[in-house]
Amino acid sequence: MADTEVLSSPHILEYPYSRSVGPVIGSFLAGLRDGKVLGVRCGSGAGERVVVPPTEYDPLTGEDSGEMVEVGPGGVVTSWAWESEPLQGAPLDKPFAWALVRLDGATTAMLHVVDAGSAGAMATGMRVLPRLVEPSARVGSILDLACFVPEGSDSPVRAQPAEPGNPAQPDDPAQPDDPAQPDDPAQPDDPAQPDDPVTTLSTPIRLDYRFSAGISQSRFLRGLVEGVFIGQRCPRCAKVYVPPRGSCPTDGVPTTEDVELSDTGTVTTFCVVNVPFQGQAIELPYVCAQVLLDGANISFMHLIQGIPADEVRMGLRVRAVWKPPAERGPSLESVLCFEPTGEPDAPYESYEEYL
Amino acid sequence: MAERCAVIGIGQTKHASARTDVSIAGLVREAALRALDDAGLDWADIDAVVIGKAPDMFEGVMMPELYLAPALGAVGKPMMRVHTAGSVGGSTVLVAAHLVTSGIHERVLTVAFEKQSDSDAMWALSVPQPFSPPLLAGAGGYFAPIIRAYIRRSGAPDHIGIAVAVKDRLHGSRNPYAHLHMPDITFESVRDSVMLWDPLRYLETCPSSDGAAAMVLASEQAAASSPAPAWVHGMAMRSEPTMFAGRDQVNPRAGRDCVADVYAQAGITEPRREIDVAEVYVPFSWYEPMWLENLGFAAEGEGWKLTDSGATSMDGGDIPWNCSGGVLCTNPIGASGMLRFAEAALQVRGLAGEHQVDGVRRALGHAYGGGSQFFAMWVLGSEKP
Repeated sequence: MADTEVLSSPHILEYPYSRSVGPVIGSFLAGLRDGKVLGVRCGSGAGERVVVPPTEYDPLTGEDSGEMVEVGPGGVVTSWAWESEPLQGAPLDKPFAWALVRLDGATTAMLHVVDAGSAGAMATGMRVLPRLVEPSARVGSILDLACFVPEGSDSPVRAQPAEPGNPAQPDDPAQPDDPAQPDDPAQPDDPAQPDDPVTTLSTPIRLDYRFSAGISQSRFLRGLVEGVFIGQRCPRCAKVYVPPRGSCPTDGVPTTEDVELSDTGTVTTFCVVNVPFQGQAIELPYVCAQVLLDGANISFMHLIQGIPADEVRMGLRVRAVWKPPAERGPSLESVLCFEPTGEPDAPYESYEEYL
Repeated sequence: MAERCAVIGIGQTKHASARTDVSIAGLVREAALRALDDAGLDWADIDAVVIGKAPDMFEGVMMPELYLAPALGAVGKPMMRVHTAGSVGGSTVLVAAHLVTSGIHERVLTVAFEKQSDSDAMWALSVPQPFSPPLLAGAGGYFAPIIRAYIRRSGAPDHIGIAVAVKDRLHGSRNPYAHLHMPDITFESVRDSVMLWDPLRYLETCPSSDGAAAMVLASEQAAASSPAPAWVHGMAMRSEPTMFAGRDQVNPRAGRDCVADVYAQAGITEPRREIDVAEVYVPFSWYEPMWLENLGFAAEGEGWKLTDSGATSMDGGDIPWNCSGGVLCTNPIGASGMLRFAEAALQVRGLAGEHQVDGVRRALGHAYGGGSQFFAMWVLGSEKP
């Protein structure tokens, strides 16, 4: 490794979020499961609009929205962008158009996708029809509506019109019929659990970052491979920071002088962790301590072992337990833990100012 | 401050571990509509909206303020989002108040929320960091060593934390909006609860809550028709780095500087005598004696004696802290600070119901966040400043 190389590492944030959707979006999702798209009336008189997807409020005024109404099934593309190389997780695994589709009877356009085959088949103002997934596969999700397809295209339209008695009225958007009841969105002949309201959505999210350690911390991390702690001294206040951060948080100046520190130190304070949580990797209970290395002016958190948890104390003198050289990497995990040196405890006054 | 500012409307949700009956928009509207109703106003009367919440990791919705703008009637109005970790509920209120004291707006709606049940705060606050062993164990794992340092420094006996946990839960049992209602809690039940982060027990720790809070802040002119305005007498924010050599983590300077500024604005020289009630951000029991010292209610090292004497109980104490039950009963993180500010306002307005203290003239609202590096506070009074 070059001495100036900045180390970096994947940093993944991932969680299966669970969203409660509330009554209005819940009805919208239940409607999709039942093969129809619901909007909601907002405003009154000449200002009345049908908002799709529906909101709990009039987006223009903040007032509560009104009754839910069925829209579509067909609609008009009001704008679009061609996706020639769909990313993993995209609604379709072949080129498609992201499109704003204003469904018949709706005032607003909804974002969805059009399976048009090629960009040349797309046009603003074109009419589209929905393609629904098979009833048995619907779960109450925006993807129960798999995509839209150009009206009159050869693509097999597996979607059934939501309601036989609800013909599309493209020129009469302000008159949607068949108002749906928010509390009873399902029809008796619907396939999937018609009485289950949709209350939550599972939304797994994964963010793939690349974490860069920076120049100073990279130098520190390379030192760990060699079995040494490298800190940095502030040229102004002379305090030694480990791990170094490249600058002094008190004086705001760069720290450039490297300082090799002892691998012995003092436990300033600690807690005994006995709470399980997702992603936890250390057996409970464990002692998580602030360790102040000899010669350093700031402590860092590490694990204390080699002593029963209930015997760990403030002022305990400890030494780093290194992994064998072949197993070390540029990580504080190269230090397995700290364990007691057997020396007498450090006097309180010696570390009091680091609490 | 140039112009006067008053709280004329307050709203909060019923807080719970999981409000699965509402969306995030529904949650914030529940609080906001109650605040508007309390103020006798409609969406159209509001000039600007200031919203706050803690890290977006909690719900996995990046910049939720974008989607919430129309839910809060903000179309065509200034709207901004504030973020200062756990203190955000407080700093959000202060940013909103500055829009009034600066003379820019007459009526500002301020809202804060968290929907912790959408994920898991322990996870969100304990994500393993590259190049480090996975030692982080939530907020408790961060603060417990600092509490241990306080105990060592002050010589406080072990039962102080337990006493705070019991007191705040008994207070909270009188607050219908509180998440936890534990009227039967005892010293023994707290003492015998699991030691999660020694020295912190399970029942000395705040819950995870879903909830929202909202307030309408008004100029002197706009507050003229309000039957019970709570006037801002002083407000301030301070911050400091999470770590620097020689940092006093037990009694952070940013907190001391912040409250000194607020007291100077409000003309307060003896907080224990001149402030009638305080709503202070105490997510872990021991933070009551620690903040009693940081906020000047007791000398350094003496805060635990005030707690021990019962002074902070609304049942006979002379300086009741957290009559609402505080963060130990209700913790929708982003809203927790605003709830402190709002509960202080309720006390000044005489509208706190069963947890009202008689004759409150001045109240302190307080929030802190991050690694005790962000502070926000205000003092409210029943009279114009």
